[in-house]
Amino acid sequence: MLKQVEGSAAVAEAIALCRPQVICAYPISPQTHIVEALGRRVDAGELTPCAFVNVESEFAAMSVAIGASATGARAYTATASQGLLFMAEAVYNAAGLGLPIVMTVANRAIGAPINIWNDHTDALSQRDCGWLQLFAEDNQEALDLHIQAFRLAEELSLPVMVCMDGFILTHAYERVDMPTQAQVDSYLPPYEPRQVLDPADPVSIGAMVGPEAFMEVRYLAHAKQQQALELIPAWADEFRRVFGRPSGGLVHEYRTSDADVIVVALGSVLGTVKDTVDEMREQGQKIGVLGITCFRPWPAVAVRAALQRAKRVVVLEKSLAVGMGGIVGNNVSASFAGASDRVHTVIAGLGGRSITRGSLHRVFGQALADSLEPLTFLDLDRALVDRVLERERAHRRSGPIAEGILKDLGVVAAKIG
Amino acid sequence: MSYQPIRFYQTGTFTVGNRLLTEEQRSVQSGRERTNSLNSGHRACQGCGEALGARYAIDAAMAATNRQLVAANATGCLEVFSTPYPETSWQIPWIHSLFGNAAAVGTGIAAALQVQGKRDVRVVAQGGDGGTTDIGFGCLSGMFERNDDVLYICYDNEAYMNTGVQRSSATPPTARTNTTMPVGESTGARFGQGKNLPLIAMAHEIPYVATATVAELRDLEAKVRRAMEFRGARYIHVLVPCPLGWGHGSAETIKMARLAHETGLFPVFEAEHGEVKHVSKIRRQLPVEDYLKPQTRFAHLFKPPGHADLVARIQALADRNVKRFGLVDHAEEAT
Repeated sequence: MLKQVEGSAAVAEAIALCRPQVICAYPISPQTHIVEALGRRVDAGELTPCAFVNVESEFAAMSVAIGASATGARAYTATASQGLLFMAEAVYNAAGLGLPIVMTVANRAIGAPINIWNDHTDALSQRDCGWLQLFAEDNQEALDLHIQAFRLAEELSLPVMVCMDGFILTHAYERVDMPTQAQVDSYLPPYEPRQVLDPADPVSIGAMVGPEAFMEVRYLAHAKQQQALELIPAWADEFRRVFGRPSGGLVHEYRTSDADVIVVALGSVLGTVKDTVDEMREQGQKIGVLGITCFRPWPAVAVRAALQRAKRVVVLEKSLAVGMGGIVGNNVSASFAGASDRVHTVIAGLGGRSITRGSLHRVFGQALADSLEPLTFLDLDRALVDRVLERERAHRRSGPIAEGILKDLGVVAAKIG
Repeated sequence: MSYQPIRFYQTGTFTVGNRLLTEEQRSVQSGRERTNSLNSGHRACQGCGEALGARYAIDAAMAATNRQLVAANATGCLEVFSTPYPETSWQIPWIHSLFGNAAAVGTGIAAALQVQGKRDVRVVAQGGDGGTTDIGFGCLSGMFERNDDVLYICYDNEAYMNTGVQRSSATPPTARTNTTMPVGESTGARFGQGKNLPLIAMAHEIPYVATATVAELRDLEAKVRRAMEFRGARYIHVLVPCPLGWGHGSAETIKMARLAHETGLFPVFEAEHGEVKHVSKIRRQLPVEDYLKPQTRFAHLFKPPGHADLVARIQALADRNVKRFGLVDHAEEAT
């Protein structure tokens, strides 16, 4: 059924259709609307049986999900940014224990300086934790990926993180095609746990493992993620059969077949990137787009195949490995068959900075003209940076950086546009 | 006419042994139905108070729930010595997740059981004092506040023993640990610090809070059974001496626990819905020196020239407990 709803409401409804049994809620922008909506549904008796637990921290949220999942319940929670970092120890633990929890991450920057706006630094900080990580391009894909996530998680006994851009998707009203309960039920069977805390068949879960077997446990986690590389496209196909629309999968290619330059990106920015590419195509420029839907496991083969004929690759990413460069860029480089100096990283949109078509035209044009630097910070205000550096040269007690920058800008609130 | 009243102190203490008791009065541990939930073969130190306390507590919980029990365990000695891969001593469904989240994992288990309609299956979460009073305190307080249907048992040996004896917020004043060494001007752990978790638990007004020691294992069993009669959040704080960390003989664990109670340093009581309902009386309060002297963690207090002032302050703490909880029946003493 077609609906015009907020992204968070769409995801909440999709989660409800997946018949979750334990939902852990802790507020943090921009995911809060999702758990609010689910809480209302539980209180209204629309989700029976389902326990909605208002926990005291994100660390507790993931811990409650761990206990519930290990007891055979379908468990869900949502978080973002600082919340994801605060639960990090339990995030790794859930993966290590092999518990199929599904979590929405409404992507948001990480402080300091505190910033509530969108980038991908939060989810990408957890890229090696053992969770599957799926990135939604729009709200339709966000809700679809959640349905696929439960299926994937439970089949593999691994937790799955569905990442959707904070505010840009979570708070945007878009048209979505909401599936029926019957469709979801036919796609997602009831949860059959591989391990369960059951007095009738007692097991110990979470024993200490030393050097004699730790490597094997870790290898199995890696092998399972490799298995997911086959399951994800297969279930995206099945999803298309049941729901009548393509959604999910490992990567999305757009106008890449004859492209000299391919832009790689994840999340909602793909919309702007495709618009820009369409405009450049109209001017006869051979440029295409590779959208990464599945970031973990990293779809190395699919990425390599998609980039095979590209002369240059531009990785546009909303994240930064401080002291190194691009996180996505680094992953793409490892999968690019050509010379690594043909992969350019463009860091963009940090802390909610707008990524405009004008700016994209500029960097993509530079890539086509072979003049793009290996690492670019899109729309960086160099003069502002230089003023801080000058102040630090001049004064030992140069003061807090972020506050100094705001003073230089002459504004009290962060500039969004 | 003067007379000497005769008191039978043994009456009601169950020290007469199980053979002379009725079936229902016998301890779980002496019964044929004992479940050995924490089975033999684990790797606890000789004289480990925690292993003893956990065995009695969990077997009692098993008896009280007709063996329908699931346990969540914090990281710590109990977890490490009971589950070295690929072995486990646990005969019950048991999960270890992290150091600081046992209470929250317990909440999750209870929530899952509730939605599955398994009302007869009950949940225990357990940890040491570090996992309870320090790193797990946030999750524990959250579980209390929501009144989740979990019995949390803290086995308190008054320091981080698993990592090699460091101070926790349950370490008593003047105790020597590896992070409160009595060197230079320092006299061990400071006065005026630390948490009283049973009282904090009571402040949450949860249905049931109790303290116990491994000196009165029958009492511990009875408190676990009583706890299982309630729904909602319950808390039992068990004092479990640690020969390694306290520096007493491994055969003196129970003696140390008994002295902690009889000096008044560790009040043993039960509380329901925030009110103390019962205290285990002390027949004759012993001086704190009796408890402190056998433990090397307090040895610096008695090395010449000694710290009589500090011992007096510890005595004052014990006396305050006696007064606060009414541990000594003074009227009886006067007769």
